Amino acid sequence: MNQEKVSLWQIFAVFAKIGAFTIGGGYAMIPIIQDEMSRRGWISEEELPDIVALSQSAPGVMAVNISIFAGYRLRGVKGSIAATLGSVTPSFCIILAIAMLFTSFKDNPWVIKAFKGIRPVVISLIAVPMVNMARKCCKSWWAWTLAITSLLLVALLNVSPIYIILCVLVLAFGYTYFKEQWKR
Amino acid sequence: METVILFLQLFGTFFLIGAFTIGGGYAMLSLIQGEVVTAHHWISESTFTDIVAISQMTPGPIGINSATYVGYTVISEATGSHFLGICGSATATLALIIPSFILVLLIVRFYTKFKKSVLFEGVMSWLRPTVVGLIGAAAVILIVKTTWSQGMPTFTVVEENFPDWKSWILLAAAFGASYWGKVNPILTIVAGAVIGLLIY
Repeated sequence: MNQEKVSLWQIFAVFAKIGAFTIGGGYAMIPIIQDEMSRRGWISEEELPDIVALSQSAPGVMAVNISIFAGYRLRGVKGSIAATLGSVTPSFCIILAIAMLFTSFKDNPWVIKAFKGIRPVVISLIAVPMVNMARKCCKSWWAWTLAITSLLLVALLNVSPIYIILCVLVLAFGYTYFKEQWKR
Repeated sequence: METVILFLQLFGTFFLIGAFTIGGGYAMLSLIQGEVVTAHHWISESTFTDIVAISQMTPGPIGINSATYVGYTVISEATGSHFLGICGSATATLALIIPSFILVLLIVRFYTKFKKSVLFEGVMSWLRPTVVGLIGAAAVILIVKTTWSQGMPTFTVVEENFPDWKSWILLAAAFGASYWGKVNPILTIVAGAVIGLLIY
């Protein structure tokens, strides 16, 4: 790996390009990151699955986590800052422009009609990845219990998802820890 | 002074969202909804739905897009200033990123040990199904609102999102197209917009 040769500006530019051309979130970003990075010899084919796994398990936005990790591999903390700012800047500018314009557009009758059609569609687009994830990871009665309980607590009792994640984190940690101790 | 407090709240809220989102963009939507819509009432259910639609059609991660959008909307509506609105979106976006930054850089150092640890796998095997439930709740909240009085729940349909029976057909059709038909999300949203223009 040509670690010292990569300039911070170059890291910023490559990640800005990745950020500008991925539509649809983190998973859509993976093939583009792979292509851009392995073409430059910044990362080997075997490293990518590790980076993706790490970025998925760390909290926050996956695409940002990938940028932090990859930037760090190239130039340390400075590199990770350059990569993150790069991947965030394009969408930041685009969304800001839309947010500023949308306030003046949203009372337009055509926009109202279009969004009447869009809103139910969006809800389905949230439900589909949920169903796919459920099929992959809800395989025991306990997994189903966790999924359904957290759904009901949030949807019916308006409990903040943050508390639920915090509770599950603590309980799961405690359970796994003591189970391991018991075995010894 | 009130503006300063709003900025601090915005920062704190998105910092927590960034720190506690595990499982990607859709999981983050449930946290953003919980804090921004349900807890703070900064935006309505229907505005939140619009933001999700816009985030999915524009480049970049959904979490970042929503933070940028919400940051601008909240501050500019409270102050009436475009400039402060821009500062608001920068605040929310940075607040969302900072926890990841700290945690990823920590994890990087221990990753090889971390990955194979039984403890880590154990915790993740509980968190993954929890996240499924949270995303499900995000979808449910955009359809029905639950209000409690004297220990009894009342369910009302979120009318901004479901004004009439045609909305339910759109919901079912979009689910079918996306789940069985594997139609691209952007295309599905564009189709929804075109159908909306034609039937409303």
